[in-house]
Amino acid sequence: MGAFNRKDFLNELAPTKKQPKQGYDINKDELFLKYSNKSLPLNLKKSRAGLSQYTGVWGVEQKLHLLRRLMFGAKPTDLVTLNGLTMSQAVDQMINTVQPLPAEPVNYYESVYPDPTGVLLGNSWVTAPYGDGTVNYYRYLSFRASWMKNILNQGLSIQEKMNLFWHNHFVTEANVVGDSRLLYKYHNLLRTHSLGNFKTFVKEITKDPMMLFYLNGHYNVKNSPDENYARELQELFTTGKGANMWTEDDVKAVAKVLTGFRADTTTLTTNFDPTRHETVNKTFSAFYNNTTITGQTGPNGANELDDLLNMIFANDQIVAKHLCRKIYRFFVYYDIDTNIESTIITGMAQTLILNNWEIKPVLRQLFKSDHFYDALSMNCLIRTPMDFYLGTARTFNIQLSPLMDIVDYHKAHYSFATMCEQNAMDPGSPPSVSGWPAYYQTPQFHEMWINSDTLPKRMRNTDTLLTNFGYYVSAAFTLKYDVLAFVGSLSTPSDPDAVINQCVAYFLALTLSQTLKDDFKSILLGPGQTNNIYWTNAWNDYINNPGNAVFAGTVRTRLQDMFTKLLRMAEHHLC
Amino acid sequence: MKRRDFLKMSSMATLATTMNGIPVHAFGENGMFKTRNTNGNILVIIQLSGGNDGLNTLIPLDKYSELSNARANILINQADVLPLNGQPNSGFHPSMTKLQQLFNAGKMNIIQGVSYPDPNFSHFRSTDILFSASDSTTFVDTGWIGRFLDNQFPGAPQAYPDPNFLDPLSIQIGSSVSSILTGANGLNGQAVSSISNFYQIVNGTVDPAPATPAGHELTYIRFISQQTQAYTLALQQAATLGNNLAVYPAGNRLADQLKIVAKLISGGLKTPVYLVNFGGFDTHDNQVDALDHKTGDHADLLLKLSEAIGAFQEDLTLLGKADKVTGCTLTEFGRRVKSNASVGTDHGSGGPMIVFGAKVNPTIIGTSPNLPAAATANDNVPMQYDFRQIYTTILTDWFGVSAATSTSILNGYSSNNLPIFKYAVGEQDLTTQSTQLSLEQNFPNPVREHTIIRFTTSGGMVQILLYDEMGRMLRVLYENDVPAGTFDVGVDRNALPAGNYYYQIHVGNQKMSKKMVVVN
Repeated sequence: MGAFNRKDFLNELAPTKKQPKQGYDINKDELFLKYSNKSLPLNLKKSRAGLSQYTGVWGVEQKLHLLRRLMFGAKPTDLVTLNGLTMSQAVDQMINTVQPLPAEPVNYYESVYPDPTGVLLGNSWVTAPYGDGTVNYYRYLSFRASWMKNILNQGLSIQEKMNLFWHNHFVTEANVVGDSRLLYKYHNLLRTHSLGNFKTFVKEITKDPMMLFYLNGHYNVKNSPDENYARELQELFTTGKGANMWTEDDVKAVAKVLTGFRADTTTLTTNFDPTRHETVNKTFSAFYNNTTITGQTGPNGANELDDLLNMIFANDQIVAKHLCRKIYRFFVYYDIDTNIESTIITGMAQTLILNNWEIKPVLRQLFKSDHFYDALSMNCLIRTPMDFYLGTARTFNIQLSPLMDIVDYHKAHYSFATMCEQNAMDPGSPPSVSGWPAYYQTPQFHEMWINSDTLPKRMRNTDTLLTNFGYYVSAAFTLKYDVLAFVGSLSTPSDPDAVINQCVAYFLALTLSQTLKDDFKSILLGPGQTNNIYWTNAWNDYINNPGNAVFAGTVRTRLQDMFTKLLRMAEHHLC
Repeated sequence: MKRRDFLKMSSMATLATTMNGIPVHAFGENGMFKTRNTNGNILVIIQLSGGNDGLNTLIPLDKYSELSNARANILINQADVLPLNGQPNSGFHPSMTKLQQLFNAGKMNIIQGVSYPDPNFSHFRSTDILFSASDSTTFVDTGWIGRFLDNQFPGAPQAYPDPNFLDPLSIQIGSSVSSILTGANGLNGQAVSSISNFYQIVNGTVDPAPATPAGHELTYIRFISQQTQAYTLALQQAATLGNNLAVYPAGNRLADQLKIVAKLISGGLKTPVYLVNFGGFDTHDNQVDALDHKTGDHADLLLKLSEAIGAFQEDLTLLGKADKVTGCTLTEFGRRVKSNASVGTDHGSGGPMIVFGAKVNPTIIGTSPNLPAAATANDNVPMQYDFRQIYTTILTDWFGVSAATSTSILNGYSSNNLPIFKYAVGEQDLTTQSTQLSLEQNFPNPVREHTIIRFTTSGGMVQILLYDEMGRMLRVLYENDVPAGTFDVGVDRNALPAGNYYYQIHVGNQKMSKKMVVVN
C-alpha cells in the first residue's frame, strides 16, 4: 500500500510536487507574538442577546452580514435576492438549499501528462485505476480546481461553507493519503451529509476509505488493533476531551469495535472483513455508563458500529455542545464566555438533540437569532484565506468560461487554492487531524491567519489582481478583478458617492467615516477636485462609447487605484 | 519553475519570503535579481491639479495689449508683475516672490508652451496623457515614471525591497498612489501620508476602532499591517534620521508635503522619484478678486506654490542635498487665453513648466507665447514643446539613461533634449564657460533649399531650435557638445513651407535668436 504512505507519495511526486514550505514559523514571528491575544479578550463587551428570533432591522448591513458569514464574500446579485426575502425566508433558503453534487473533476492534463490509465481528455477520472504518482498529482490539481470552481460559482446556499466546516471537523489530509480518487470521494461524502444528520454523518465518515487510511482504520485488525481513529472519533469528532470523560481503556475498546473495516482501492469502497474483526465483548467506563457492546461474528460484526455510536451519542449534551461550540466558533466568534456557553451553546445543543441530530434546525436557529444579528457579533471574524481570496473574487464576479483552454481553466481555478496554501490554509490538507489551529488554538484563534508572513502576501495578491497584467496563471491567461464590470453592476455607478458607499459595503466589514469615504472618492474625482461631475462625465463617456479604449481606461485606472487602497484596509480582512 | 512564474505566483512581499526554503535574497546574491540602482539623482514632481493658468503665472509682458483685450477682468497690472533677471518679456505673478528670487538666483528653468498635439480638455484624460506619456488619442495603462522604474529595477515591484535596494522605488505623498507610478507589473510606488504618526507612515488615516470584538480584531490587523508593510523599516529609519532645517510656511498643504520629502531625503532614502499634489487650479470662476486682481484664489495658490518651493529649495541647500534633487511642476493643461464672465478661465492648452534646483540651466526655454490681438473663446496658448521632450531630457540628462532607453520608456517617442539642465549627467558644467556667444545671420537668406548658420561659443552643449512665427518650436536644427570655437551648421529646408521663422541658440543660460525667411 505504498501509494498511500505520505513519504512514498511525496517521493514519487518529487519531480512535480513542490516541497512543503519551510522557513516561516509563527512561533518565531515577533510581530504575531507581540500583538496577538495573550489571553482570551474576556473584558470585551460581548453580545448578551439570546437565540430568540431576531425581529430588528433587516437592512443591507444585516443582509451582507448573513451573506458573508454563510457564503464566501457577498456579491450584488446575492443582495438583490435577499432584498426580496424576509430575514427568516433568507435563512431558510440558504440552509434548505442543498445543491446537487457538482460535476466530477476531469482529465485536463492530457497535454501535460497523458493519463496512463486511459482516461480521455475532458473525462472523469474519479473511478479510473490509480495509475501512477504523477497522474495522481494532476488529478489532485484537477480536484482542487473543481472545488475552487464550486465555491466561485456557489448558489445562494450555506453549503460550500458547511463543506469547509466539516472538512475542518472530520479532517483528512490530501498530503498524507495520496490517492486523489479517495480524496474526491471523501469530499463528496462531506457534500452529501453537510446539511444532513450528524449521527449518520459520523457513521459514514467512519467507513470512508480516505478516513480509513488517514486514521489507520484500514490497519485496525483484531490481533493488532490501531487506536488512532478510536481516539479521534471521541476526542475530535463527537465528545471532545475533558476531565472525567472517556478513558484510555475506552479508546482500546472502541478500536476493537471498529476492527475489520477495510478500504478497497480497486472498487474505491469499504467492506467489512469478519476475519479481521475482534469478536469479544467490549466493555466501557462509567462515562459510557459501563456499557458492554456484545461482540458479533460474521458480517454482523459491522453492526457493532451502530451500538458504538448509540453509546457515544447517549452522552447527548456533551456531544451536542462539542459540535455546537465548533459551529459557533466557525460562524460567529471564537470567544465563548460563560454567558454564551449557558445561553447560546446550550440552546443550540438542545435543538440538535430535540431534532435527533439533524443539522439544519441548529443552523436555522443560530442564523435567525438576536445573538447573530447583534452588532457585537458582527464584523469580528478574521477571514480565512479561502474566504479572503474566493470571497473577494466572488464579489468581483470572477467567473471563467468553460470554453477557454482547458489547462488554463483548471490552472486558473486552482490558483486560488495556491494563494490560500501560501497563506497557511492548504485546501484539502489541514496541518493535522485537529484541523486548522485558527479554529482551536487558544487564545489567538483566528488571529493566526494574519501574521507577518501572510498579511503582506494577501496585499500583494489583491494588488496584483487589480493590475492590468493580473495574477499570472499561464503565458496566455492571467486572473484579474474586473473593476469596470463590478462598478457597472452597482446602482448608479455614475454617482461617485454611491460607488464608494457600495464598494465599502461589499468589501469592508465595518463601514468608514465620511472623511475616509471622501478620501476614496477623491481618487475617483482626481486630486483636489470635489465636484462629482468629473466622475459622472467620465463614467458616462465610458458607458456611451462602448469599445473606446480611452474612455474605458480613464475610469478603469482610477477604479484600480481606489480598489488597491480599499482592499488593503484592515477592514477588508474581517467579515 | 520559471522565474516569471515564481514572481507571479509566490507574491513575495517581504524578505522573510522563501522559495523552497531558500531565502529570496539569496538570489540577489547569486545575481539572479540584478539590481540596477539609479544614479542617485532625485526628481520631485509637483502636480498642479486642475490645470494652471500659465498666462497668470508667467505673464508675457510683451503681449500686454493682447492680454488686456483677452482677459481684462482678471489681468494683473503690468506694474505689479515681478520682473525676472534677463527676461524683459516675462515676469511672475506678484504672489510669487520666492520663485522670483529662485529664478534670479539661477535655480530655475522655465519651459514655455508645454503641451501636446491635439490637446484634450478633460482633466482625467489630459492627466492620463501626461502621466502615461501617451499620444492624445492612445490609451496607455502604465505611467512613464512607472516604466522608468521598471527599467531601473528589474522585477519591480514584486522583487523589492531587495537587499541591494531597501527603499521605496517611488513615493507619493498622500494616501494613495497615482497611475504615473504604475509599471508593467503593478504600482511601483508607496503612498506616505505622514511621518509624525507612525501608523500613518504607510497606512494613511484610519477610523478609530470601536470597543467591540470587531474593534479588537481590527486593531490587531492594523498592528500587523503597519509593521509588515514592505518599506516600513526604511521609512521609519529615514523619518528618524532626517531633518528639516528651513522654516516652512504654515497652513500650506504643498509645503507640508515637501517638508516630508525633504526629511525623507535628508534621512538617506535613495528613492529616486517623489510625487506631491497641489490641487485647486481649476479656476473657472473667481480666479481673482474682482476688485483687486492680484488677490483671489489663483493668487493664493501661487503664493503657496511659491513659498512651498522656496522653503523646500532652501531646506535642500541647508541639508546639503541640493545637488541631488530637482523639482518640476506638472499640470494637466492650461487655461484659455480669453477669460470668461465668471472672473475665471476655462480649460485650455499649453503653459509654462517650472523646473527648479541647483543644477538647472537658469533660463527660459522658448518664447513668450504668441497671442492673438483679439482673442476669442477658442484661442489657446500655442504649443512650443511637447511635454515628452521634457521627460526625455529628465530621463537622459537627470537620470542618465541612454537615449534609446528613454525612447523605450516613452513608448517610442524620441526627441532632442532641451537645455533644461546646466549639464547632462556626466557632462561638464556649462555655466562657467558660456561667456562668449554669438549667433550670425544665416546665409543665404531668404532660404530656398539650404542655408548655413554660424555661431561662436566658448564651448559646451549647444542647441539651435527653429520656431515659426507663432512661436511654436518646430525642429531642433543642431545639438552637440562642442569645444570653444566657431561652427557652421548646415540646414536643409526639408519641406519647410515658405514663411518667416526664428532660430534660437541655447548654450547654458544664454540664448540668442535670429529671423530666417524661407521662399519658394
